[in-house]
Amino acid sequence: MSTLTKFSAIPYTGPAPTNRDPYVPANAAQADTRGEEISAKINNPAMTQERGQDMPTFVVDKNAITDVLTALKNDSFTLPLDLFGADYPRREGGRFDVIYQLYSLKNNERVRLKVQVGEDEAVPTSTKIFKATDWFEREVFDMFGVKFDGHPNLRRILTHEMFQGHPLRKDYDPAQRWLLTEQGVAKLTPKIDPRFEDVDTDFERVTLNLGPSHPATHGTLRIVVTLDGETIIGADTEIGYLHRCFEKMSETHTYQQVIPFTDRLNYCSAIINNVGYCMTIERMLGIEAPPRAQHIRLMLSEFMRLSDHIICIGTNLVDMGALTNFWYLFQPREEILGLVEQCCGARLLPTYTRVGGMAVDAPADFLANSQRLVNMLPKFIDDVEKLIMKNRIFLDRVQDVCPISQEDAISFGFTGPCLRATGVPYDVRKASPYLGYDTYDWDVPIADGGDTYARFLVRLEEMRQSLRILQQAIDRGLPPGPVIVDNPYVALPPKSKVYNEMESLIYHFKLIMHGIQPPVGEAYFQVEGGNGELGFYVVSDGTKNPYRVRVRPPCFPIFEAYPQMITGQTIPDAIAGLGSLNIIAGELDH
Amino acid sequence: MPMQNIEHPDSIIPRKAGVAPGEGAEKGLITLPGETERETEDLAGGTYLTTKLDTMVNWARGNSLWPLPFGTACCAIEFMSMVSSHYDVARFGAEVVRFSPRQADLLIVAGTIVDKMGPVLKKIYDQMPEPKYVLAMGACATSGGFYRVYHVMQGIDEVVPVDIWVPGCPPTPDGLMYGILKLKEKIQRGEIKRG
Repeated sequence: MSTLTKFSAIPYTGPAPTNRDPYVPANAAQADTRGEEISAKINNPAMTQERGQDMPTFVVDKNAITDVLTALKNDSFTLPLDLFGADYPRREGGRFDVIYQLYSLKNNERVRLKVQVGEDEAVPTSTKIFKATDWFEREVFDMFGVKFDGHPNLRRILTHEMFQGHPLRKDYDPAQRWLLTEQGVAKLTPKIDPRFEDVDTDFERVTLNLGPSHPATHGTLRIVVTLDGETIIGADTEIGYLHRCFEKMSETHTYQQVIPFTDRLNYCSAIINNVGYCMTIERMLGIEAPPRAQHIRLMLSEFMRLSDHIICIGTNLVDMGALTNFWYLFQPREEILGLVEQCCGARLLPTYTRVGGMAVDAPADFLANSQRLVNMLPKFIDDVEKLIMKNRIFLDRVQDVCPISQEDAISFGFTGPCLRATGVPYDVRKASPYLGYDTYDWDVPIADGGDTYARFLVRLEEMRQSLRILQQAIDRGLPPGPVIVDNPYVALPPKSKVYNEMESLIYHFKLIMHGIQPPVGEAYFQVEGGNGELGFYVVSDGTKNPYRVRVRPPCFPIFEAYPQMITGQTIPDAIAGLGSLNIIAGELDH
Repeated sequence: MPMQNIEHPDSIIPRKAGVAPGEGAEKGLITLPGETERETEDLAGGTYLTTKLDTMVNWARGNSLWPLPFGTACCAIEFMSMVSSHYDVARFGAEVVRFSPRQADLLIVAGTIVDKMGPVLKKIYDQMPEPKYVLAMGACATSGGFYRVYHVMQGIDEVVPVDIWVPGCPPTPDGLMYGILKLKEKIQRGEIKRG
């Protein structure tokens, strides 16, 4: 890189790539102080604080992890956000990191715990502390081969039954496939809920398989239920039918090349994923997108949220037999996609953002078109509300259907509309504002009951709140200026310069061949996705490829709670409930 | 039909009984795909048309495809767009979406098929009655797309035969519609023979 400065004649005065110095987050000092306080409060000798991170971080001895987690949960960290692994093959003292991230709803803060573990060692399970960790631990086992002592059901979750090896290990060849034959497909036998075990009814018990190809499973979920008459007395789920290996693909691509993969996580609201990923990398690089880019990001994020909720509400009603709403709501959705198409040429999966800004500027009539949409959408929302909210059939099918208590929802790691439907006003846009969400006047809608009806109410109201934000954003107008940072180590120079200036051509070549190189370090950043907190945890080793990218998929823990939610309900209720959770398979299975 | 014909209603050719509107209708002629022009005959007061049974059946099949959306990923959302109000595939007779393989003749594989899904896709295909057609929608179903990785099938032709590949990631609804129309042509030309 030093040769670049020698040839450079561009008046670029910004920071040069800093891949020699490790990444220091802006809030590191604050996180360190807070970490000392937490450490003093928990007072466990097995905890060692790791300084210079974006949140209080501790390295915990594996034998003490359950004690530390219990203590933190009792303190205030009640929401288990994420549990994942990372592989450092040549490291002394255990090659794997098992990383826990907890969130405190009371104090609005996060904490990260790291457990180092060797290849043949096991970590004590934390399934007794948090309900969410059941699936997360299975995922770590599947991807890294880390075993969890005392886990009730430690089998593979994302890959198939005949898969060999653990794909996210650094020594696993990314293209090594294993064939699954029909004989290899495992039979699922749901465990019968203890509440129904000794109940003697006149009915025969039947096990019924729904999916993975079933109209109501929205693609690729498999649910097996045991029925006693019409009542579901036991349920089990199988996922991984869309495991497209996002995390492994990220490791083999450059930072810019990962952006299209993020589109395909939650494909109903692709731009939100783009924004989340790009902002994570921007943080590591210590740059910020220009105001104009941030404004476009915010507006399109809100349009995407509307589109996401439209799909959720529309398809959920189709599952219940109300086809009209689906046809009706898809009309404004097409207009939203049309707006995205005008901006960047693609409809559904636009890959519109870049690290440092946007790919291209929004068209001149962007605000006028947005205004037209914002004027048109309230009528659709009102009409749908009128169609369903006074409909006796609809109300009977959603009220008290698939409920979840607030306590359970938190323990399962719910975020987004599903958590807000249990009465917890947690929204990332309010709790840790980004893109200037704190400068807008809007409310976080909550409902109580946690049933399908509550989730409907929250989604409908959230659409109105998104429109409120959009109206204010339109009134403010797009700030003038560029849409991408003026930093040739991050953003490609404009084509006119590349064809006419030697230096720009070199910058272009270097950026394409060597990619963006964030400083060594790790960062976690979260945005409010269509169905909850969408977080990206990125580890950089200073090269052009990310060392590890972890996506925190909001619907993963939500779907984990599904068997519990449908036990005691009937099949039609389970279908109505499933639609209201808004499970997007791309995100669920990464 | 050129635009000016629509402006002058008297230039629209009246439709005869048993004769489809089209080029030859005026002369009492009708052309089925894959055929040269044929005379219609007036017999016992009605208009009749002689053709081969195969041609007639293929013509009908092409015009009433019943799709089974095997939607797994992003492409399924675009499939939803295609069947819903804005694009409306009903114009081409393929709107009767069936979720049971027993009632469908067109398998639209919309989305990435991973190895875990392979046996399921094969089973669904086997359960469909003949005649059946397969449309691979999008890059993933065609070739694995940009997912060249440990858990993704590199094209669905590893497990099922494919008649039409639609490019795109995801294909636009109009792109998918074009694919369906191409399949219709292919069926009506009698090119697909199986079972």
